[in-house]
Amino acid sequence: MVLEFTEAGIYCPAADIHIDPWRPVPRALITHGHSDHARPGHGAYLSTSGSAPVIRHRLGDIRLQTIEYGEERRIGGARISFHPAGHVPGSAQIRVEVGGEVWVVSGDYKTVDDGLSTPFEPVRCHTFISESTFGLPIYSWTPQDVLARELNTWWAETAASGRHAVLGVYALGKAQRILRLLDPSNGPILTHGAVEATTAVLRAQGLDLPETIQITPETDLKSLSGAMVLAPPSALGSAWMRRLGPVSTGFASGWMRLRGVRRRRAADRGFVVSDHADWDGLNSAIAATGAERVYVTHGYTAQFSRWLAEQGYQAGIVETEFGGESLDAEDSETEGATP
Amino acid sequence: MKRFAALFAALDQTTSTKAKTAALAAYFADAPEADRLWCIALLSGRRPRRMITTTKLREWAAERAGIPLWLFEACYPVVGDLSETIALVLPEPTRETDLPLATWIARLRALDKAEEETRKSAILDAWDSLAPTERFVFNKLLTGGWRMGVSQKLMTRALAQATGIDEAELTHRLMGDWTPDTATWASLIEVPDPTADLSRPYPFYLAYQIDAEPETLGPVTDWLAERKWDGIRGQLILRGGEHWLWSRGEELITDRFPELAQLRDFLPPGTVMDGEVLAWDSAAATPLSFAQLQPRIGRKTVPKKLLTEAPVILMAYDLLEWGGTDWRARPLSERRAQLEAALADLPDDLPLRVSPRVAARDWPGLAKARAQSRDLGAEGLMLKRRAAPYLAGRKKGDWWKWKVDPLTINAVMIYAQAGSGRRATLYTDFTFAVWDGNQLVPFTKAYSGLTDAEFNEITRWVRKNTTDRFGPVRAVRPEHVFEIAFEGIQKSTRHKSGVALRFPRMARWRRDKPLAEANTLDDLKAMLARYG
Repeated sequence: MVLEFTEAGIYCPAADIHIDPWRPVPRALITHGHSDHARPGHGAYLSTSGSAPVIRHRLGDIRLQTIEYGEERRIGGARISFHPAGHVPGSAQIRVEVGGEVWVVSGDYKTVDDGLSTPFEPVRCHTFISESTFGLPIYSWTPQDVLARELNTWWAETAASGRHAVLGVYALGKAQRILRLLDPSNGPILTHGAVEATTAVLRAQGLDLPETIQITPETDLKSLSGAMVLAPPSALGSAWMRRLGPVSTGFASGWMRLRGVRRRRAADRGFVVSDHADWDGLNSAIAATGAERVYVTHGYTAQFSRWLAEQGYQAGIVETEFGGESLDAEDSETEGATP
Repeated sequence: MKRFAALFAALDQTTSTKAKTAALAAYFADAPEADRLWCIALLSGRRPRRMITTTKLREWAAERAGIPLWLFEACYPVVGDLSETIALVLPEPTRETDLPLATWIARLRALDKAEEETRKSAILDAWDSLAPTERFVFNKLLTGGWRMGVSQKLMTRALAQATGIDEAELTHRLMGDWTPDTATWASLIEVPDPTADLSRPYPFYLAYQIDAEPETLGPVTDWLAERKWDGIRGQLILRGGEHWLWSRGEELITDRFPELAQLRDFLPPGTVMDGEVLAWDSAAATPLSFAQLQPRIGRKTVPKKLLTEAPVILMAYDLLEWGGTDWRARPLSERRAQLEAALADLPDDLPLRVSPRVAARDWPGLAKARAQSRDLGAEGLMLKRRAAPYLAGRKKGDWWKWKVDPLTINAVMIYAQAGSGRRATLYTDFTFAVWDGNQLVPFTKAYSGLTDAEFNEITRWVRKNTTDRFGPVRAVRPEHVFEIAFEGIQKSTRHKSGVALRFPRMARWRRDKPLAEANTLDDLKAMLARYG
């Protein structure tokens, strides 16, 4: 086997290295900076140069080397390279070739170009390890231009009624993607500290993002009327929000596709947007790899692998500790909103 | 349909009552007349009959989506709503149309007699020409499961705002046996003819459960106390030589209780009474249990055997119309005196009684009477202010339910199932068991009574402590004890435990109780012997 599934995570015996491991290991390849993929405690890390600043920001003083997309490195008996996954800026799929057999670990991915992350590139392989966070045909995302219009209309209407619009988004990836869609002529853009910190890291590595104002105890909220406020989902409804005064609230997540979830969150608006692939995205990505065998790691694994088997793939489920997308944690580190 | 779907979206996007009322009022002001009427009909429970089975809808939706049926079925519990699941799996529409709501409903009803192929092509065609929210609304019309998060009360308030007509008056106008086929906007809302529909009931006055000590209500002499009977609320209308019986859910149930027909011969036309339909043991002069009334509720025609086994009476407690005049504005004391006088000289074997007054000199005296309720087949007391008019709908202040405390038992949670709709992503439906020796015997389900935070917590726990799965049901490790509250207990052959509970719910999560201290099957049997 090119890759094995162990207690510590996905392991390549030929290179003696793990990919996104969840237990401390000597050497780890990291697909991207979300906390269920980049964990503390490993001896040495290798990631793309685009992911490195966020990983360093989150994990502190670690031994981290970087690699560029498409650059090949020999580690032991394996040839290893990183390829764009389109999930968040710097995120990668990892290609591992041993004795001519190619496996690809997708990490998390999406096939839509978000205008910020390097777009997903299919990589030909024999075996593809895929997520299936949204692996049911009920999930289909709003096109980016429609989403931008919905967001800006909501913001403009909310501002016109003398309130702030507060949007629950992940600090890494989703927040910056939304920032690029916002029309700053509607008013000022304010941020929660968690969102601002990650945004500052990405800005420093050269991403072009509109101006934001971090909310601090000193911020004069009265003088900043009709603002868009970006905050982690967990901040909505918390004590932190009270000082904003009258607001309209929204969530930006793939789960907002479901009316039941929208209603349970009791937000005024739900925007259907995810940094994971939707049903069509998963299927087209898998088809483009040309893989014969597909392992499904997290999400609707049972349903999705059965579907893939019916489509003629050798499909299997791998139990991992990856979280997918959750509304209940600041980052994607706990299990999703599905039962 | 676009206008109606936009109304639905506006109602769905807000939790503010004010915003919902405004959205509805705007709709009533500018939507086409036929659509407005249908909107009122749908929001007051007058939905078109279901034309197509949900089995067919599932098949056609899966086929159009290009997915196997099992995959559609796997999506359904995740979404928790069939109409929404269909709307979500279908591909984007290829055409655009904007027909009025009423036209769509007419098209659906025209399918009633059609061949299956015709039905199928009509439905697929509709799906293909409707935008996602319109599709969802259309599917709701198809499946008949219509709820828009808007109560009839809120709808009536919006209608009052849009028309300038008094809300209580509108509530009355919207009651009764009309449909959008028989009514027009003018005849229903603007200039109703009171003689046009002799069967039209008055809106029921509904009481709240008392939330403070009864002493806070003032002098006991201001109040009239009666038993709170455990039957079905009914309004009996005698007009023009005919009679009608309406349930609280505004359903005509006249034919289910044929014994009441003879009352036409003893009371004058122009009489309307509010009361409780009870299965009655005339020898003992006490009500039979609700379980004995139950078979009579579901049946449209009543076999003779059932008529003798479970004869009913109307236990009348209010007079709403007398001599053809609306008496609702008069004080209760006056209505009640007239009711008692009108019924005083009637033969004893008529299926009609006046609900007796429960007399007491002071509040402690009434509390003592209340404590006897369960033994008399009642649920507690009703307290009604003597000076009060008969109001429309649920209003605080003049009518109070003073129920006896529920029965309770401590039970162990053994199965869990996800809820539906708003609760589709939470485990909310639980099965509970009591001890029989060292076995746990399931005896009831319950799905309400916990806070959202508690449901969230138990959901996380269920995910980590599942021991087995049977379809959507998960067996969980017996660990948590809950106090189950319920209103009554009956013998049941359908349940393994031999009992069935009325209105079971979770009163408390007993984190303090170790597993071994949950109640036993013998405890349940003792309750059955005493209260069953």
